[in-house]
Amino acid sequence: MPSNLESALFVFLLATFVGFEVIRRVSPLLHTPLMSLTNAISAISLVGSIVITGAEKSQLSVILGTIAVVCSMANVVGGFVITDRMLKMFKKREPRQ
Amino acid sequence: MTTYVIQFTYVAAAALFILSLKWLGHPTTARRGVRVGELGMALAIVGTLLHTEIVSYQWILVGFVLGSAIGLPLAVFMPMTHVPQRTALSHAFGALAAALVGTSEYYLRSGELSTFTMAVLSVEVILGFLTFTGSLMAFGKLQDLVPSRPIVYPGQNAVNLSLLAAAVGCAVYLVRNPGSSALFPVVAGLSLLFGVLLLIPIGGADMPTVIALLNSYAGLSAAAMGFLLDNNLLIVAGALDGSSGFILSVIMCRAMNRSFTNVLFGGFGQVRVAAGAVEQRSARSATAEDAAAILEAASSVIIIPGYGMAVAQAQHKVRELYDALTRRGVDVKFAIHPVAGRMPGHMNVLLAEADIPYDRLVEMEEINPEFPRADVSLVIGANDVTNPAARHDKASPIYGMPILDVDKARTVMVIKRSMSPGFAGIDNELYYMEKTMMLFGDAKHFVGELVKEMTGARLGA
Repeated sequence: MPSNLESALFVFLLATFVGFEVIRRVSPLLHTPLMSLTNAISAISLVGSIVITGAEKSQLSVILGTIAVVCSMANVVGGFVITDRMLKMFKKREPRQ
Repeated sequence: MTTYVIQFTYVAAAALFILSLKWLGHPTTARRGVRVGELGMALAIVGTLLHTEIVSYQWILVGFVLGSAIGLPLAVFMPMTHVPQRTALSHAFGALAAALVGTSEYYLRSGELSTFTMAVLSVEVILGFLTFTGSLMAFGKLQDLVPSRPIVYPGQNAVNLSLLAAAVGCAVYLVRNPGSSALFPVVAGLSLLFGVLLLIPIGGADMPTVIALLNSYAGLSAAAMGFLLDNNLLIVAGALDGSSGFILSVIMCRAMNRSFTNVLFGGFGQVRVAAGAVEQRSARSATAEDAAAILEAASSVIIIPGYGMAVAQAQHKVRELYDALTRRGVDVKFAIHPVAGRMPGHMNVLLAEADIPYDRLVEMEEINPEFPRADVSLVIGANDVTNPAARHDKASPIYGMPILDVDKARTVMVIKRSMSPGFAGIDNELYYMEKTMMLFGDAKHFVGELVKEMTGARLGA
């Protein structure tokens, strides 16, 4: 575990730095879509929920896992769709003229 | 072999997620960012379904179908004014998923949990459950299901902090003795309760900060889940979400000149009774006709939209006004304060929805130097972010808050229902200035009147 722990902490540290650098550059214009996109991305916890549900190790884990899959899936689908819906509206030129 | 395939999809997904956020940075590449994010997500899901531990797909499928059935309508039919509510709900969903996975892992492995695993599991469960109820409360307040006025009582902070301390204390005991499973529901219950109590004293004006903060918590609980399941992809995605939420809440705090602790424990947003005697000051009101004449004669106009504009559903009328003025060769810009709207960036989305080109939406630092050169600044539904008292009146509760320098334009127009104070309950001295014209009425109706005056005049000419 200690070696895993170390590499996991490294990954967390580096990802946080990358996150700070990338997100600092996002135009304030797009902060709402940013929030819904990061929301969709962090719904990757779906991956964990899938394994827990599918492994069927106990009744409790299937029940809790299924609820978790429902929640994460709602965020995956909803997050990407609403982000795109918002971004579609950002236009540079006036539509008429 | 399958392990390698799964690992590969995870690495690819992590790279795609980072690219996705990078491309989101600019409006011209943003939609590509969404595509790439979707691709990463699809890869990771397919990879996971290959996992050898999975013996049955029945409940996974049920979850997929139900989850899509909940998520899709929320995304497709949600009006843009309600995006903050949807965001709060999705934080609740994400946090609940993390908390439940943590719970199920605890009961499966409680005998064999190492100190470290139990520690990350506790973090995941505490953050997950408190973010779940906290976000539901935020949703309730935004949706007006729960009173959005802050509810404060004496000793509130002491109660909240001791609750959190109790939850953490139990968790620490569990880390030492993972087997004492009777304590686990206590930790979960205390965290759920703490989430509710944490949001009770928070007022509507602080919602943007709190939503961003809950976003960060939801991300961190996902990262903790990554530690627990030894899954680097989860750690990366959780860290990205966590840092994004953190940056946004810092930006929001700065925009209101507040600290985190002040937002969480301050109970801001209550109507404060003014200490000094209220002097009778008079404001000058004007008609749509007068206002339209001045607007038409202007060469540059800056419009300051606030949440009141969105409440009145006036954004489409504002677009017509923008069109009418632009046709006459008037340079029209929109000044966007970072806390305009009910979540970070909300006002931009509302105006973009009304077909206003995004290059006309200018953020505070860039637009402030332009006010002294502007002929008219037109305030629609904004209040505290335009109050000059924030610059000079040390007694004002909003002193020090960065504001839009609306008062520096040659003429100031304010569309407002009445003289009543705003969210923070503070009188706005902007309204009593010599050059200010108060345009009393409903925002949508009044802007409509302005447009009518202008197009009518043009037809007559």
